[in-house]
Amino acid sequence: MFRKLAISAASALVLVTGSAQAAGEGGHVTNYAFSFDGPFGTFDQNQLQRGLQVFTQVCSGCHGISYVPLRTLADEGGIGWTEEEVRAYIDENFIEVYDPELQDWRAATPNDNFPANDGVGAPDLSLMAKARLGFHGPWGTGLNSLFNGVGGPEYIASLLTHYTGEEVEQYGSILYENETFEGGLISMTPPLYDDAVEYADGTPATQDQMAQDVAAFLMWTAEPHLMARKQMGLVAIIILGVFSVLLYLTNKRLWAPIKARTKGVTPAE
Amino acid sequence: MSGIPHDHYEPKTRGEKWLDRRLPIVGLMYDTLMIPTPKNLNWMWIWGIVLVFCLVLQILTGVLLAMHYTPHVDHAFASIEHIMRNVNGGWALRYIHMNGASLFFVAVYLHIFRGLYYGSYKTPREVTWIIGMLIYVLMMGTAFMGYVLPWGQMSFWGATVITGLFGAIPFIGEGIQTWLLGGPAVDNATLNRFLSLHFLLPFLILGLVIVHVWAFHTTGNNNPTGVEVRRTSKKEAEADTLPFWPYFVIKDLFALMVILVVFFAVVGFMPNWMGHPDNYIEANPLATPAHIVPEWYFLPFYAILRAFDGEVWVVIAANVLTGGIIDAKFFGVIAMFGAIVVMALAPWLDTSSVRSGRYRPMFKWWFWLFIINFFVLMWVGARPAEGIYPYIALLGSTYWFAYFLVILPLLGVIEKPLPQPVTIEDDFNHHYGTDHGTPGSGVSPVSTPAE
Repeated sequence: MFRKLAISAASALVLVTGSAQAAGEGGHVTNYAFSFDGPFGTFDQNQLQRGLQVFTQVCSGCHGISYVPLRTLADEGGIGWTEEEVRAYIDENFIEVYDPELQDWRAATPNDNFPANDGVGAPDLSLMAKARLGFHGPWGTGLNSLFNGVGGPEYIASLLTHYTGEEVEQYGSILYENETFEGGLISMTPPLYDDAVEYADGTPATQDQMAQDVAAFLMWTAEPHLMARKQMGLVAIIILGVFSVLLYLTNKRLWAPIKARTKGVTPAE
Repeated sequence: MSGIPHDHYEPKTRGEKWLDRRLPIVGLMYDTLMIPTPKNLNWMWIWGIVLVFCLVLQILTGVLLAMHYTPHVDHAFASIEHIMRNVNGGWALRYIHMNGASLFFVAVYLHIFRGLYYGSYKTPREVTWIIGMLIYVLMMGTAFMGYVLPWGQMSFWGATVITGLFGAIPFIGEGIQTWLLGGPAVDNATLNRFLSLHFLLPFLILGLVIVHVWAFHTTGNNNPTGVEVRRTSKKEAEADTLPFWPYFVIKDLFALMVILVVFFAVVGFMPNWMGHPDNYIEANPLATPAHIVPEWYFLPFYAILRAFDGEVWVVIAANVLTGGIIDAKFFGVIAMFGAIVVMALAPWLDTSSVRSGRYRPMFKWWFWLFIINFFVLMWVGARPAEGIYPYIALLGSTYWFAYFLVILPLLGVIEKPLPQPVTIEDDFNHHYGTDHGTPGSGVSPVSTPAE
């Protein structure tokens, strides 16, 4: 347990002290310091709200997050809006869902999921932060992802910021060179440029900032109960740790007379 | 049970006597719980309890998950997300179930290795060993089918690859594969029957666990010295043993708690570390993942499966000798299942009369090499089959078979074992007593005429 905590603490330290470069077998992934890294990390509510803004104004043009119910925007440990704010968000962005009973599109309610969006064949982003491995190796041992985390959000933020600017035409479509993407050529146009959105909280909308914000938001969409999970882990460790100590003492006491008997005894009666 | 003299349950009150004449269940429970257990058991004897705990944990969480899961190709993946997002505590259930499978296999491998080192498979415990191996095979089947249920990319393609193995059987293979899948490819019928079997097999395992426990309660536990408990008199038996309750129950529970601390650290802080990210992408029969990798606990056998390709001379020889019936693919399948079969046959392949590896100076080295080799195979099983990796896999697979088929039979003949303690009591006193090294106690040679 202590070793585990020490490892987690050490890795948390590495993450806090900055973006150590992760040696990977895939493309380049920067080890960004996210607020939810490490065993005690939590979501930064402001960052999630900024990330939602980036998703809504930029990503949702092509991507859906169809596994995420709209009402969960009001959940604690996440975006943390009120129900009115969720309704306002739906109205402002004209979010519509297809209703098989009406056989038509209608305005979404908080009980609906975000709509799917496969208009241009872009992947659904609900689970993207868990579906990508940011940290590999070394040599296939998985140790990097043990210390640094699986690295999905880091992968997403890196992908968004590591376009080289080169374009290649293949079979009539333009591909963009990207240092993070496996194979190096991605069909997504570089989506983020400085001031692509205007943040409500006044944070300067640099490309790096937006990339990290939307990556954090996608970690939330992939793992909405992350904070509850970490809390359960901590509580379980404390309770089971106390049980361990009590049982250790019980066991020691129980065996003490048996072991003591061996000390006074002269060799083989 | 176990032929070790000990106290039995005596019904005292009228009510107890009434019940005992009709159903001796209290006596059965008493004898099971109070079984005389060698008092020198070390910490490698805790895994049995951990495994029982895992089985119960998996059944409980599994039954709850099945209440919310939809076994249909169009809904399975979404229903997992429903569990993760909308079901109260569903995320905890699923992550515990997911990582519980890993804990189950960690424990079973340590349990098996304990048996291999201390010779627990040797006479008279062969039946215990064989039943254990059956449980292990059923566990692998259950885990494999469970991994298909979330209907992610690795679920689908793992199922395709593994059921494809049956297709490699000459003549009847394709028929068997179609019969297993319920169609020409992994599809809805496959998913339905896999859920059904994934639900059924744990209860078969539970039944076999009872038989497993019954078998070793009949023979008595092995112990780190491999020396049998003295059965000649009750006094001597009591000097060698302690009742299971409370001495070993409390010890095992303590160990279980420490293990659970680590387990919940994994569940709470890195639940997806042992999983594959591709399984968070819904199954797509049209897009094959770059590397299809099974779960970590299958990797050593996956490495053995892939090691025997068409360039290995044994495979070429088998191919020529059978007139092409045994091709490289089928050979790999035989090797993979054969790897488990030779392990199950260990009681008859090991010729040494000494049980415990503690008193076998040469065996020790080969055993630890076997353990290292197990991890090398696990590692190479996850690497792409190119470059130097197939050679490492071939070397490791060869050692696996050589260990059981050559080394274990030969060692019994050429090895000169170390002196063993006369009794378990001697070993225990030597370990905890202050009289180290005095003649007549501890690991003194059998020749000491003290007794």
